Amino acid sequence: MEQVIDIVLLAFMVVTALAMIALRNLFAVVMLSGIFSLLSASMFVLMDAVDVAFTEAAVGAGISTVLMLGTLALTARAERTPRRNSLLPLAVVVVTGAALIYGTLDMPHFGDPQAPIHQHVAPRYIEDSPREVGPPNMVTSVLASYRGYDTLGETTVIFTAGIGVLVLLGARVDRRRCNAQAARKDAGEGRS
Amino acid sequence: MFETVLGLYNYWIVIVLMMAGFYTVIARGNLAKKVIGLNIFQTSVFLMYITMGAVEGGTAPIVSEEATVYSNPLPSVLILTAIVVGVATTAVGLALVVRIREAFGTLEEDEVLALEHRMDRGA
Repeated sequence: MEQVIDIVLLAFMVVTALAMIALRNLFAVVMLSGIFSLLSASMFVLMDAVDVAFTEAAVGAGISTVLMLGTLALTARAERTPRRNSLLPLAVVVVTGAALIYGTLDMPHFGDPQAPIHQHVAPRYIEDSPREVGPPNMVTSVLASYRGYDTLGETTVIFTAGIGVLVLLGARVDRRRCNAQAARKDAGEGRS
Repeated sequence: MFETVLGLYNYWIVIVLMMAGFYTVIARGNLAKKVIGLNIFQTSVFLMYITMGAVEGGTAPIVSEEATVYSNPLPSVLILTAIVVGVATTAVGLALVVRIREAFGTLEEDEVLALEHRMDRGA
């Protein structure tokens, strides 16, 4: 049963992604990207990664969509029809995809408990983290304790990104204010 | 054969999604659409990690009496971090898009390049 849900959800995701490529109306594309995030959150629940599903539903489907809608409100809604030839990109994509699929052929199968990824580090987290760290949720233990520096680095990245956005968009507000002041000054000089 | 297809199906779909995002980035001229393509690419990588972490018959990695097999918590942690960082970088990308639109009046890559070229020759 789980396998069927898995196949159907992933097929939906492919259809959504293709529709996003084909559509020219960016508003529709942003809505589809919200649906895409929601589908991926469902996939995460199906694959036992509930914390990731929460984050993806809140951040991926929520905040990203709001950010993109804000961008569309400030810029243009429609994409121009392309003038250039899209055969070369298609060929590049097909060749890269074929190489990657060839690379998957000797990967451990989905859900295989003997896969190398489950042999090292993870058993320690699963067996010892409730005793060593405390919380019953192992993801929390690893995130906040064993890999706490990762999380610190993450907050640094977010802080830097926040500064970047402020610098990029804050300059607009300043310039607009300057323009308004200059216009007011001009108007005042015109009167006198 | 059938077992191989079922066992690798997730990875193949991940690759298809990844290539869909890649195609959007390299074939489309609209900068906002490029950012959306990067997002698709990103989500496909998340799916790949979580697929690797799943264990047949496992439960979510939260201690409980009934559970015998847990899925791997490590990919979940890495992807939690990646999702948040991904949104931060998307925000910076979109801010750049807004600025470019303000400076050039267009979001199409070739028009922006043509304008820049003209400016360079004018200067």
